[in-house]
Amino acid sequence: MLEGTSTTQNALVVHGLVKHYGDVAALDGMSFRAEAGELLAVIGPNGGGKSTLLSILAGVIRPDEGEFEVHSGEVGWVPQHAALYRRLTVEENLRLFARLEGHGNPEAVVSRMLDLAGLRERRGEMVLKLSGGNQQRINIAIGLLAEPAVLLLDEPSVGLDPRQRARLWEFVLKLAGEGTTVIFATHDIQEAEQYGRRMLVIADGQKLFNGTPEELRQSVATQAPDVAGRDFESVFVDYLAMRGY
Amino acid sequence: MRWLLLKDIQVLRRSPMQATLLILYPIVIALLVGFAISRDAGLPRVAFLNEVPKDTRVDLGGEKFDSLDARARLCKRVECVDVSSREEAIAKVKSGDVLGALILPSDLAQRVNSLASLNPTRPQVEVIVNQEDPVKARLVNDRISTLLSEANLVIARRVAKNGGEYLTLIRDGGELSFLGQSFNVLGLKSSATILESVRKSVPAGAQRGAIDQVIQFARLATENLDLASPLLETIAQPIEVKKQVVNEATPTLDSFAIAVTATVTLMFVTLLLVAGSLALEREENAFGRLTRGLVSRSALLIEKIGLGIVVGFAVTLLMLAGLQLFVSLEWSRFLLWMVAIVFGAAGFAAAGAALGAATREVRAASLLAFMVALPVVFLSLIPSGAVGPGLYHVIEFVTALFPFKPTLRAITAALDSSGPSLVGPLLHLLALITAYALLARLALRRFSVV
Repeated sequence: MLEGTSTTQNALVVHGLVKHYGDVAALDGMSFRAEAGELLAVIGPNGGGKSTLLSILAGVIRPDEGEFEVHSGEVGWVPQHAALYRRLTVEENLRLFARLEGHGNPEAVVSRMLDLAGLRERRGEMVLKLSGGNQQRINIAIGLLAEPAVLLLDEPSVGLDPRQRARLWEFVLKLAGEGTTVIFATHDIQEAEQYGRRMLVIADGQKLFNGTPEELRQSVATQAPDVAGRDFESVFVDYLAMRGY
Repeated sequence: MRWLLLKDIQVLRRSPMQATLLILYPIVIALLVGFAISRDAGLPRVAFLNEVPKDTRVDLGGEKFDSLDARARLCKRVECVDVSSREEAIAKVKSGDVLGALILPSDLAQRVNSLASLNPTRPQVEVIVNQEDPVKARLVNDRISTLLSEANLVIARRVAKNGGEYLTLIRDGGELSFLGQSFNVLGLKSSATILESVRKSVPAGAQRGAIDQVIQFARLATENLDLASPLLETIAQPIEVKKQVVNEATPTLDSFAIAVTATVTLMFVTLLLVAGSLALEREENAFGRLTRGLVSRSALLIEKIGLGIVVGFAVTLLMLAGLQLFVSLEWSRFLLWMVAIVFGAAGFAAAGAALGAATREVRAASLLAFMVALPVVFLSLIPSGAVGPGLYHVIEFVTALFPFKPTLRAITAALDSSGPSLVGPLLHLLALITAYALLARLALRRFSVV
């Protein structure tokens, strides 16, 4: 049985994903599951394979080996850098992608997304004039246009100030609360601990850990008894060191 | 796909600087190219066939020179390429090895010698040219005119000297040799003397012999003046040029200049727009989002090429409409213009897509487009024969790999009914469109960002 399995319905099942770039294995037999409405944080050192994993799940690149299955519905993808046309307005960006998604009534979808992103008042502004936080909200809104069962977020809070970050996570938590499975890759360990119900630690394309933040802390505590009073980031660094990273 | 097209037009509309540059820059380049192509192309290569027998000498007014002297004089102005037959000369002209061929016929020396006689026969040289475009045609005509003007000047001086001797004979009298016979010409001075003496000392009706002499002189003088007429013609243009063009019809210089301007405009607008637009999809991080199921890579490529065709066609047509204010265009051939411009735009758009896909960055794509396009334009306008044959073949090969030359030929053919055939350039463009589209599609495989 794969790790992460529970009695609730699996929204995503990943099995044996392998991806090589030349001689370098970006992913080397990656397997895991994610439940409906779950928030799964993907963390690990730079170049460990987080973005490659999300890109494969998003269908942007193809794996050399392995497969994954989405139980029902679409996969929404929000790339690390906002994938928006900066010289189009907020509304025009949403309308374009709604049309490309094949929505029968794109105007209704656009209207809903403007409300969801809280940008109705700024719908006529060109994206290049918006802050990074607002751009990221549109970026996520476009990722949600297909009403996906699984939403992939690649470094969603990079470049955002604390207030924007808080609003972003409020938005994401609301989605998860409505049943969307959210898988997010991040370098911010505190953020992963705070919002991730479960963590997938990846290094050198291999899965090192799959469990809750508390389980990771306990795993480190077996070799470092003083872990209880320390912040999660230093615990995570210890964990990586224990695994040779 | 139409939504993507609409989006691209919206983006373009909101970049006034880019749109202005797209229109102004090609016009500036077109002017520069126009000046450049009107410049002298250096020492041209001319095939030289001398059929004049080796031992034949030209004797003009006492100055003698042989056919080797003639070659030396001619080859100061051009790089002479000796050929052994007329067929070889034609082949070299057709292949573009030489700018033209000059053939001195076997009777040339004999005819030149006759110019100094009382029975002149106008000498003739044969010139074979390949006027593949009007710029080259003008270049060839200028070169040949210069060459023959120099030769004609030398001959004219000699003939004028002979003419002067004949006039002296008429004035002073003397011996005249003509067709192997010798005549005694009395001359105007002696005639006057005779008439004066007849009038003073002889009664009317006598001295019939003296009067006969005067009558004979009058006849000879009349004959000599008749001979002066062809003599004067040969002084104006002693050597006649018989020109033979070995290629198909040549368009007018105006049509060619318009075609160059239109092609340069079409090239820069389409190439830069498509290369930049495709690279922009990646720079805006939208490529991954689009191609993960919304739009296939091939569809995206077709959309970009379509965008290039639409905008390139519109801008080129606008430019032609503007030119109509200054020059006359054959609007009855509008359908042919459309075909030529659309094929050319598709060629440049496919090339732009390949550049954009290969470079993956807008700035790099634009820079590469300029770096490739500018030299290709200049190389494409070099006429055959203006450089060495080896170099010209390399230039031909290189320029054939880019859509500029076939587009220029297609638009020239479409603009001017006397231009070359349209079919060949269109087939050439079709092959380039296919090749560049395939290259672009291959390059898009590694276009994604991870």
